[in-house]
Amino acid sequence: MGLQEIQKKIKDAFEVFDHESNDTVDVREIGTIIRSLGCCPSEGELHDLIAEVEEEEPTGYIRLEKFLPMMVKVLLERRYRPIPEDLLLQAFEVLDAAKEGFLTKEELMKYMTEEGEPFTQEEMEEMLSAALDPETNTIQYRDYLAMMVIDEN
Amino acid sequence: MGSGSSTPHHFVLQKAESAFKAAVLIQRWYRRYIARLEMRRRCTWSIFQSIEYAGQQDQVKLHDFFSYLVDHFTPSSHNERDFLSCMFTEKRLLKDPEMEKYCDYESIEVPDYYTGPHVSFPLLPDHATALVEAFKQKKQLHARYVVNILHEARNHLIQLPNINRISTCYSEEITVCGDLHGQLDDLIFIFYKNGLPSPERSYVFNGDFVDRGKGSIEILMILFAFMLVYPKEFHLNRGNHEDHIVNLRYGFTKEVMHKYKVHGKKILKMLQEVFCWLPLATLIDGKVLIIHGGISDKTNLELLEKLERHKIISTMKYTKKPEKEKLVEESRSSSPWFPLKSRSVPSSPLRLSPQKGSRSASIPCSFIPNRKEISKRVRKSVQLELEKCRQQVGVSEFKVQEELPLLPPESELDSCDLEGVNYEEWKQVADILWSDPMPQEGCKANTARGEGCYFGPNVTEQMLQRHNLQFLIRSHECKPEGYEFCHNRKVLTIFSASNYYEVGSNRGAYVKLGRDLIPHIVQYQANRATHTLTMRQRISRVEESALRALREKLFAHSSSLLGAFKSYDLDGTNFITLSDWSAAVESVLHLGLPWRVLRPQLVTHTTNNMLEYKSWLNDLAKEQLSHENIQSSLLEVLYRNRSNLETIFRIIDSDHSGLISFDEFRQIWKLFSSHMNIDISDESICDLARSIDFNKDGNIDINEFLEAFRLVEQSYLEDKDSELKTSETSDSSCSSQGIH
Repeated sequence: MGLQEIQKKIKDAFEVFDHESNDTVDVREIGTIIRSLGCCPSEGELHDLIAEVEEEEPTGYIRLEKFLPMMVKVLLERRYRPIPEDLLLQAFEVLDAAKEGFLTKEELMKYMTEEGEPFTQEEMEEMLSAALDPETNTIQYRDYLAMMVIDEN
Repeated sequence: MGSGSSTPHHFVLQKAESAFKAAVLIQRWYRRYIARLEMRRRCTWSIFQSIEYAGQQDQVKLHDFFSYLVDHFTPSSHNERDFLSCMFTEKRLLKDPEMEKYCDYESIEVPDYYTGPHVSFPLLPDHATALVEAFKQKKQLHARYVVNILHEARNHLIQLPNINRISTCYSEEITVCGDLHGQLDDLIFIFYKNGLPSPERSYVFNGDFVDRGKGSIEILMILFAFMLVYPKEFHLNRGNHEDHIVNLRYGFTKEVMHKYKVHGKKILKMLQEVFCWLPLATLIDGKVLIIHGGISDKTNLELLEKLERHKIISTMKYTKKPEKEKLVEESRSSSPWFPLKSRSVPSSPLRLSPQKGSRSASIPCSFIPNRKEISKRVRKSVQLELEKCRQQVGVSEFKVQEELPLLPPESELDSCDLEGVNYEEWKQVADILWSDPMPQEGCKANTARGEGCYFGPNVTEQMLQRHNLQFLIRSHECKPEGYEFCHNRKVLTIFSASNYYEVGSNRGAYVKLGRDLIPHIVQYQANRATHTLTMRQRISRVEESALRALREKLFAHSSSLLGAFKSYDLDGTNFITLSDWSAAVESVLHLGLPWRVLRPQLVTHTTNNMLEYKSWLNDLAKEQLSHENIQSSLLEVLYRNRSNLETIFRIIDSDHSGLISFDEFRQIWKLFSSHMNIDISDESICDLARSIDFNKDGNIDINEFLEAFRLVEQSYLEDKDSELKTSETSDSSCSSQGIH
């Protein structure tokens, strides 16, 4: 993809959240924009990126003219690539101490809300709504992943 | 490494570390997934909004077309002139004795076998509740009662001031609801959840009760009934859809005619006289102003209170040219019929002046005061232009008179009276009903809707200070959560039609105010199905709907798209880059959508990042066409304009009989096609019309005609397949699939 095309792509995604049509977006939406452009940063990495493009005195808004060059670089350098499916599976397996092929609801909740970069309650509920098998009250993570992968593509 | 004693510790640490890392990985992945969903949701929203507003713009353009016709059209023959006057003559029921005759409901008999609700006056709370119950059971109210209720409603509304002042002293709490748009389920839900209206429970319904949804008339009946039962506690504001011209396009007229085949016309006429009497605003405790749309920097409550609101039958825009000559100049250089071919609507109404005369009140028009002097001068040159385009368009079956064509009598031309209401007053009302808030400071014309303004936080602040108000409540815009605060929480948008665009698209909400005037919002979604869906499923479903609508729009512009694509493929390779695709599509559709973000959903087959555009267009066509035997270019044009056509037809079918003659149909088509710059041969139209006129009596049922081109399987079409096939073979020029 040429440089121009990359820039246009970034601008388009940026514009979706530019509610005032003045080339700025709320800093809280930056994560969504970056992720929708194909990157998969952790929260920590996201904070670093935001710090790079924030104003000297943070206004709560990010300007396109600062965001664009940073994002171009990220895309060209292919940083924060999406996670391959098998790695994800391994991650679930690590959490599955008993190696039973599933996680209980309590286990998943504990890990997701207490470990790593914890989920908010909303995020947790949302994940459970799709991942939880209501009959067994467990997360059959292999099936769940398979379903998510299909959905992505 | 490490001694024996530290190994278990080390092991535990390692395990903890890997659990941590695993968690981060999963969370990272999941957040990205959610972000992509959010992006899709936003795009879907943009699609719906832009298509909705584009439809609005079409409506305005149509209106401009009619105004222009009335201004300039000098029929070359008696027939044409009569036809046009028929089109526009709808005498306004101003005089009361006439009105009384029209509201004559007593002569409407209710048959014995009628199982719906009965209504008698004076109306009691039980009657109103019974209505709600009956409608829940899908019963329909008899026309006699409809007319009766409308009659009583009008009598009540006439007594109300333009700005209704209510107080929290009388009822403990006031519930304000926004747009319902014919969605009866939402109204029933609100009453279920919040309670029926009562002396202790006040309601304000902030306009847009009708259009789009299928239960508009039922909603009106319920609202008017409660208004009559609890006149002090139940209040209604007028919205921009309480307007018969808007109703023509957005479904309410159709609903009434469909449900009330015999008395529908009467009901519609009465509605005109009821809508215009709806109050324009409600003021709570002198502190909270409730209007349907918004305000402008010119909004003046004193002026609003004094004007005669019932004279403003419709707030649909009427453009006016500064001087006639200028227009003729423009018309020479571009389209002969109508200079403004671009999609953008004039950003500010041009100079207008008081009207005179008694012609169609349904289409407000305006004339400059010294028209008579200028018009003679201009008439001649305009005639020349019109003659030219008449020949182009082939309206030559009318006998061309030798002498100068007679103009319709002056009284007809100086038409559309808004007697006693000048432009300034009209604009005050239009602003109240159509404006939207914007984040930026200032006040500018609302180009998306074609009416009203965009108003900024400073305009709100000035308004609040000028009139000592605390905040504004308005509706008019659909919001994902059913409500939204803006302008530093000084403006609250409340929208009560849940699942407005599609099942799962948005919540509805209403707001309750007590003596403290602190807003308490209640949200809901009147469709149980949505609760069982995950966010992904909900978003997908709405997205599907939006994309379908978008693909329809793309298809409707196939020819222009082909032209645009070709311009990027100068070497004739039949391929263009995806980047060029995005640019081309935007240049044709002008929807302002994020095409590059949407592209993966719309373009699925590419070779080396290049798109073979002809097959892409063909795929679009295949998806949209259900019957190959219909000429696809004709279909494309009709499809793009189908809502315009329908509106025109309904206006022309002034007796709402659903029938227009063959001749009328052809005349309409010619006028319309020359305005819209459609390039279709006369012959194709005739063939088409003939094939649709099944009983060969020279009459076409409007509905049948339009149905013929809808993309829904119609059983009758299968019967008529054979007839259609014969007409197709006779016209070879358009018989192949759309792309040439």
